[in-house]
Amino acid sequence: MAKTKILLSGNEAIAQGAIQAGCSFYAGYPITPQNEIIAYMAKHMSVPSGIKGQAPRVFIQAESELAAINMVYGAAAAGARAMTSSSSPGISLKQEGISYIAGAQLPAVIVNIMRGGPGLGNIAPAQSDYFQATRGGGHGDYHVIVLAPASAQEAYDLTQIAFDLADKYRIPVMILGDGILGQMMEPVKLSAGKIKVNSVKNWALGGCQGRKPNIVKSFFLREGDLEEFNLRLQKNYQVIKQKEQRCESLFLSDAKVILVAYGTMARIAKSAMSQLRSEGKKIGLIRPISLWPFPQKSFQIKNSKVKYLVLELSYGQMLQDVQLAVNGRQQVEFLGRSGGGILSQEQIINKVKKLL
Amino acid sequence: MAKITINQDRCKGCLLCVNFCPKGLIKKSTKLNKKGLNFVEADLKGDCIGCMQCAIICPDCCIEVYK
Amino acid sequence: MEKIFKRSESLYDVATHYCPGCGHGIAHRLVAEVVDSLGIREKTIGVAPVGCAVVAYDYWNFDCSEAAHGRALAVATGIKRVRPEKIVFTYQGDGDLAAIGTNETIHAANRGENISVVFINNAVYGMTGGQLAPTTLLGQKTATSISGRTKKEHGYPLKISEMLALLPGVCYIERVSLENPQEVLKAKRAITQAFENQINNLGFSLVEILSPCPTYWGLSPKEALDWIKLVMRKEFPLGRIK
Repeated sequence: MAKTKILLSGNEAIAQGAIQAGCSFYAGYPITPQNEIIAYMAKHMSVPSGIKGQAPRVFIQAESELAAINMVYGAAAAGARAMTSSSSPGISLKQEGISYIAGAQLPAVIVNIMRGGPGLGNIAPAQSDYFQATRGGGHGDYHVIVLAPASAQEAYDLTQIAFDLADKYRIPVMILGDGILGQMMEPVKLSAGKIKVNSVKNWALGGCQGRKPNIVKSFFLREGDLEEFNLRLQKNYQVIKQKEQRCESLFLSDAKVILVAYGTMARIAKSAMSQLRSEGKKIGLIRPISLWPFPQKSFQIKNSKVKYLVLELSYGQMLQDVQLAVNGRQQVEFLGRSGGGILSQEQIINKVKKLL
Repeated sequence: MAKITINQDRCKGCLLCVNFCPKGLIKKSTKLNKKGLNFVEADLKGDCIGCMQCAIICPDCCIEVYK
Repeated sequence: MEKIFKRSESLYDVATHYCPGCGHGIAHRLVAEVVDSLGIREKTIGVAPVGCAVVAYDYWNFDCSEAAHGRALAVATGIKRVRPEKIVFTYQGDGDLAAIGTNETIHAANRGENISVVFINNAVYGMTGGQLAPTTLLGQKTATSISGRTKKEHGYPLKISEMLALLPGVCYIERVSLENPQEVLKAKRAITQAFENQINNLGFSLVEILSPCPTYWGLSPKEALDWIKLVMRKEFPLGRIK
């Protein structure tokens, strides 16, 4: 498969990325606009992984989102690279399980191809689950790593990285996309070579032959134990915050206005930026790729006259992280639409021209 | 010939063994164990038949049986 | 003299947190004895519930996972599918298995997951303070059915074992009781059967155990066992259901 390019939708690219990363367990439940993932996994997980000593890949269409995430919990506890996928209302249902996965320090990958909300909302693309994704989402003082691809290629690449990060930090990792990214077809260059899964999971459940029993749990009843555990989690989060910030930055050196956008919104922002630069306007772009940890380091610009324009398919969620990162040094403006409406290049350009 | 031993510190004094001993050899003690509970004690006098009824019904696995 | 009854290797030599006369202690011991008698301790993975038995893994000397309330059979499905050669069982109470986890229970059974289930029916929520359970009997007083369960207000006791027996994916279901030593031995035989079925790849097996909760039944431990025999068994008859 070396250097082969194939045409995949973002959803299929995520699924293929998972398979390439050695995902051996997938459980999901249908919901639009992520159905291509479950369908792709159903088709491709039936093919043997080729990894020596590994049990056959498992695909399960679960009876609910709750069941799917808890199956992933079980599979991850048993040492598998495990994934589930859904869209906004389904991710709300999964939050119980995600909290338990975080609490049990299990590696797992969760895909959210966001749609409009609240409630049943609609099936149009949206970015209104940013708070839910980056603040933890379920109960308890925890985080998941959140990666936001902006192309099918990046969806493929980041899904593989997601499995590595999940194993490395024993943490749930979320791929956060939207309906446009999920459904849009683009050529994807597939990784060369065989699947490698190197992580040693001496905490996993597999029978206690030759060792003391392993227990996978998040329950700490004895006084002080839960606090100590939370401090351990926080220590892990601090390392992740330092080491795992991911970001694409363009034209920051001369920019007077810096657009900040992720995912699909960043593609439109990039087009707007190109148009404006062709007109001689000094516009830059910061595209956060990791939403948690938020790429704060990319916002250390000294020129106090620079203005940021945050663009989102929500009414201002990432905006808060930008404000925290900028910390009052510069002006932060916002433009957003939600509920299925998409900001056009023209709307962005008009707003930028007012700021220049 | 049979006998039982009772882990009296583990005993919670539920008395199920007292109820099921066919020979009536197990009794509630007047003393308290570390938990502050009236444990049970056996006065076997050689009458224990090793039927294991007491051990089988004990919810706290306090009783061992010898025969 | 030879020791003819002793603590099984799979049961840690520690005190449990259960109330005096609680059936969980007996059921835990039976599971441990079955695991050891089948020689599968080193390949067994248990899934503990939420409820009184939430820390069952503190008492069992083999690999265990916690599961969120009601999700034990989804978690067990994940474990068993990844490790089909291991012996995976869930241990769940009536609230866990037959109320909040009904969906996971029915669908794991319907898929015919090759898993063994130990289902503790004590007709009440113990951990949270004695509230109405799906299996609470008509007339039974609980913290949330203070004048007793009525069919009009709360509906009937849920016979989930009989419901599950209708599913073709289910291999074996038996209801047993801890009301006296003879019935305890029968319960052990049923649990053995459920584990052997899994070893032989026969599919979903469940043992429902009528288990005493003296604290929230407001009875002495012996009275609680008699209540199973005289009252509870009328609603939940013992024997092989499938």
